[in-house]
Amino acid sequence: MHNKTLTELAQALQQRQCSSVELTHYFLNRIERYNAQLNSFITVTTEVALAQAHAADQRLQSGQADRLTGIPMAHKDIFCTQGIKTSCGSKILDNFIAPYNATVVEKCQATGLVMLGKTNMDEFAMGSSNETSYYGPVKNPWDLQAVPGGSSGGSAAAVAARLTPIATGTDTGGSIRQPAALCGLTGLKPTYSLVSRYGMIAFASSLDQGGPIGLTAQDVALLLNVLAGFDTRDSTSLAHPPEDYQSHLNDSLAGIKIGLPREYFGEGLSSDIGQVLETAIKELEQAGATCHDIHLPNTALAVPAYYIIAPAECSSNLSRFDGVRFGYRCQDPSDIIDLYKRSRGEGFGAEVKRRIMIGTYALSAGYYDAYYLQAQKIRRLISQDFANAFKEVDVILGPTSPTTAFNLGEKTDDPVKMYLSDIYTIPVNLAGLPALSIPVGFIKQRPVGMQLIGNYLREAQLLNIAHQYQQRTAWHKQIPPQFT
Amino acid sequence: MSLQKAEVEKIAHLARISLSEADIPLYTHHLSNILAFVEQMNQIDTASLTPMAHPLDATARLRPDIVSETNQRDHFQTIAPQVEAGLYLVPKVIE
Repeated sequence: MHNKTLTELAQALQQRQCSSVELTHYFLNRIERYNAQLNSFITVTTEVALAQAHAADQRLQSGQADRLTGIPMAHKDIFCTQGIKTSCGSKILDNFIAPYNATVVEKCQATGLVMLGKTNMDEFAMGSSNETSYYGPVKNPWDLQAVPGGSSGGSAAAVAARLTPIATGTDTGGSIRQPAALCGLTGLKPTYSLVSRYGMIAFASSLDQGGPIGLTAQDVALLLNVLAGFDTRDSTSLAHPPEDYQSHLNDSLAGIKIGLPREYFGEGLSSDIGQVLETAIKELEQAGATCHDIHLPNTALAVPAYYIIAPAECSSNLSRFDGVRFGYRCQDPSDIIDLYKRSRGEGFGAEVKRRIMIGTYALSAGYYDAYYLQAQKIRRLISQDFANAFKEVDVILGPTSPTTAFNLGEKTDDPVKMYLSDIYTIPVNLAGLPALSIPVGFIKQRPVGMQLIGNYLREAQLLNIAHQYQQRTAWHKQIPPQFT
Repeated sequence: MSLQKAEVEKIAHLARISLSEADIPLYTHHLSNILAFVEQMNQIDTASLTPMAHPLDATARLRPDIVSETNQRDHFQTIAPQVEAGLYLVPKVIE
């Protein structure tokens, strides 16, 4: 049951081979059996799940079901869920019961998806290894010594271990794609603002984007159909007409031009990953695509620019956590400043404090031009690199991450080293483009991810290429041996 | 770029974050490393470039000025650390 795709699960539900309640119990049992090893869930919402499953079964019986009605899923704990703890992986929100639902959560509920629980994550989505979570690190199902990636590490580990058929994540600098790569999954970061950010706790508002993490490109397409869409409650929401992201999955790849940026295959990329990608590229060529060398000359500047822009935005966004209206408050504050400072000092973890302070510094008097404005100009350069490349090619292909999953604790002492693990994913967020990661092999039993970057709103094309690749290969069907 | 202890204390104060005396050296070290790392941006001549604040260069959408939300004060205050008579309580601000 746990190896079925969403399409197969939907069919089983619609043909009454199983009920949503049975399916939900099945995955809740797997969570109970395996989650202690992985720490992939912060909250398991058993009662809500069973109530939603009952309602889904009624819809299925009355013939009013949508495509995904009755299928269990999990939400990253960054999405507000009314009446349910929404921690964002932080002590400061450990007692936060969200008073409303994120649009993403509402859309999933409306279509009849069943929420199994809220997944672990780096605190406020700031991290690349899930080690900054207040609730402890998540383990990679492929190797319990390894990180699952981050910040959507709980979602990725839960899907990889088949504790949930699919999950939501968010991606500010690679937080969907990198954990998908490190856990052997398909993860899509949509075009900036295709998916509503309402009720998705803000980290860096010009970069944050929600999206699906699943087993296959088809599964991801099916969930994107639910998540995408204009939302009046998100002031930057894209007024893009609804699309069926499944409709182009079976298109031929003949004539598709794939760009291989030299900067993504050079120094810094582990050579065995380069070899695995070569094999995957040949597969796409056999399917009819052609490959072309391209240049993204300013790639190396993306991570430095990002580590000014994202902290600057986070220092502003996270000012709302002040111990006054919700969340953690320190004991016996002597005055209002003491209340603010100690509530934040005690409530935030080290990485969040570092980023707030970097942002505060970059935006402070005398430094704004040198840091923030310069970073925004570099952002323009990165975006222009992509615009120039898309004059020549349809999609851009490269690694998702410079290495496979690293070991727990390996990079925690050196923030800059950790930041560089997102070197291939960050430029995409700066430009606001869609990109996905798919599994293309293993090195020493740890999965390798391949990234495909598309032009604005070309999610369907990315999913088409990913699906065609998955029709020819079986990497996406591999299961971590401990979780079969 | 290397920060001094006093600068880190000032930044922490501006950010309204308390740091323990024992933690300041490590924050000073990490923040200095991050600033040294981002320094490479300064090698680029960006005089001719316009800053990019939004990935799609979109501007904020306007909507008619009509009430679209209901007052949910009591609901929102159920999760507040301290409230009284519909007000959020904080230490005395005005003498």
